[in-house]
Amino acid sequence: MTRMSDFNIRPKDLTDQEYFYGHKACAGCGATIAVRLALKVLGERTYSVLPANCMSAVSFIYPQMAFTTNAIISPFASTGAMLSGVAAGARALGIKDFQTVGFAGDGGTADIGFQALSGAIDRGDDIIYICYDNEAYMNTGIQKSGLTPYGTKTTTSPAGENLPGAVTHKKNMFEIVAAHGIAYAATASIGYPNDFLRKLNKAKSVRGPVYLHILASCPTGWGSKTELSVQLAKDAVDSGLWYLAEYENDEFKLNRNPKEFIPVEEYLYKQGRFKHLKEEDISVIIEHRDKKWEKMRKTWL
Amino acid sequence: MKSNLKFVSGDEAVALGVRLARPHVISAYPITPQTIVVERLADFVEDGSLKAEYMHVESEHSAMAAAMGVSSVGARAFTATSSQGLLHMAECVHYASGARFPIVMMNANRSIAVPWSIYGDQRDSLGLLDSGWIQVYVEDAQEALDMMIQAYKVAEHPEVMTPFMVNLDGFVLTHTYEPVEVPDQKQVDDFLPMYQSTNKMSMDEPKSLCFSTSPADNQEFKYMQHKAMEGSVDIIREVDAEFGQVFGRYYHGMTESYRCEDAEAVLMTLGSVTGTVRTVVDMLRAEGHKVGVFKIRYMRPFPQDEVKELGKLGSRVGVLEKNISFGNEGTVFTNVNSVFSTLEKRVESKNYVGGLGGRDITKEDIRGIFMDLLSKEPFTERVEFIGMGCDTNE
Ligand SMILES: Cc1ncc(C[n+]2csc(CCOP(=O)(O)OP(=O)(O)O)c2C)c(N)n1
Ligand code: SF4
Ligand SMILES: [Mg+2]
Repeated sequence: MTRMSDFNIRPKDLTDQEYFYGHKACAGCGATIAVRLALKVLGERTYSVLPANCMSAVSFIYPQMAFTTNAIISPFASTGAMLSGVAAGARALGIKDFQTVGFAGDGGTADIGFQALSGAIDRGDDIIYICYDNEAYMNTGIQKSGLTPYGTKTTTSPAGENLPGAVTHKKNMFEIVAAHGIAYAATASIGYPNDFLRKLNKAKSVRGPVYLHILASCPTGWGSKTELSVQLAKDAVDSGLWYLAEYENDEFKLNRNPKEFIPVEEYLYKQGRFKHLKEEDISVIIEHRDKKWEKMRKTWL
Repeated sequence: MKSNLKFVSGDEAVALGVRLARPHVISAYPITPQTIVVERLADFVEDGSLKAEYMHVESEHSAMAAAMGVSSVGARAFTATSSQGLLHMAECVHYASGARFPIVMMNANRSIAVPWSIYGDQRDSLGLLDSGWIQVYVEDAQEALDMMIQAYKVAEHPEVMTPFMVNLDGFVLTHTYEPVEVPDQKQVDDFLPMYQSTNKMSMDEPKSLCFSTSPADNQEFKYMQHKAMEGSVDIIREVDAEFGQVFGRYYHGMTESYRCEDAEAVLMTLGSVTGTVRTVVDMLRAEGHKVGVFKIRYMRPFPQDEVKELGKLGSRVGVLEKNISFGNEGTVFTNVNSVFSTLEKRVESKNYVGGLGGRDITKEDIRGIFMDLLSKEPFTERVEFIGMGCDTNE
């Protein structure tokens, strides 16, 4: 039996080859780290599909293309469908030994692209769908999405008198995807790159659909210091506001189970989008977190 | 040539044509009156007579997105839709033409809600005239089958590289049974070789497709698209002529003119209604009236030369269409008049709107139109709704 640790990749074993560079993302962009690392693991024979989002907006500006491997922008709602089409077309042409990966944002995954993602998983297509979650529609200027956390101030949830910050918690995408009976799904964070690399490596070997959901900080949308991007993505996990887990063969597995969380305030108050949160908001956040962890610890360990 | 006659519906004829064109992948989603097309294609994949990947998509938006994915690696894609489905995929329809993916799609012309109606008119596809797709409107099941083969040949031509929509009137064509000659596979293979293109992602030469442009470049891409569509007129004529030589059926290229040369009144048509109009023309000719019918086959690219030549004949021209652009006139009429406006001598023309939501256009309706055109009385209105159940003069 293969163990998860069999898929470990040491960073020094990663290729020096760059497949994604010269793009115009903001300094400190977490999403670009996710894309860059993913391609290093998936390799040269990869077709990337990106819907409208920050990653496609910063890397396909004619005539300067930032992907050295094959890549295509899909309509915003269509990542899952286009991934299936690319994989089917390549298969039909007899092309062998290739990967088909999608890089969709949180809005492109949990909202507008949800149906196409569900369709692709349902078909059992041999594709890898990566949701880089920066917790809002960033490319259009920081609007609330279905994955924007409770309390977040965005340009459409301005945290004012009449329109408070986001009033709902993040959609539970990981478990929704798992409920499809998907071949393999996992959460990750750019703050824990080794864990992400291992999951990518695993994804590469899986037959059938794979969903990876990676938290990717966004200094522009989060109102945080660019040099804190990796630290914040780590703090999110250490404070219990994000988690590292996997799903396979009908089983969930929690990959990281901190004995004690760091205070959520330590994570939240380093970001402009949470500066307005009051004590009662923090309580709501903690209560929601604890409920989630109670369930995960009971059944996912 | 070996004869292989089959008695099939328009939808089944489309499926037979698609099978002969050997697409690599079919993305399928049901909608009346198109559904039989994807059902028959499923039968063909099941019985092994069509070696294609059959993809169950969860919407038409995804059907077209998947087809684009297929085309983006250089494979041949097919999908089919109708009405609400065509509009649901509208974003992707424009996307495919901008990306220059030579996808072929069958559209069963059907009314658009509200009011809901599954019956035929042409408001769905005409609403997407500006989406950069070649649009042909066929008249019978045989033409439907043959056009599936011609469509790929035109669309994939290196100078065209433009997606192709084959339109069939809902029910009147899609569900009517006719004897159809099914061409020989070997002959089709020779006529339509496998798709070859550099407009694709390839492992030897990786590419980024469907990129973005700044205002400094965008317009040039749109200009190239326009030029390719304009130039496709010649390719359409060539392919149709070659098809005629190989298979013995020729569709007269962009338009088909019947008894128009000396006609005092000509009625322009789109799609299956042409058959009825032809019958009425013969009846009226027998009575001594000089009338003709001019069938527009392609709405995009628009048959500028042919319409211009017709305009020069000096007849009064009616344009009959199952479409209305609310607050203006029928779009076919607008397109025809814009060509007529380039002529020195003014052409007297009138728009007849009928058949909306599947209403029959009867021989009596058509006879009435011809009498109106032949009357030589100045037209009292520019647009007339025919076959109305209520008083339109109120
Ligand atoms: C059909 C459609 N609706 C809206 C848009 C506008 N749009 C482009 S990118 C974007 C935001 C994407 O957000 P997300 O998926 O979270 O990715 P991010 O920009 O945060 O990287 C939006 C709303 C579009 N391109 N297409
Ligand atoms: S807005 Fe955020 S996600 Fe977008 S490029 Fe900038 S840092 Fe990256
Ligand atoms: Mg986002």
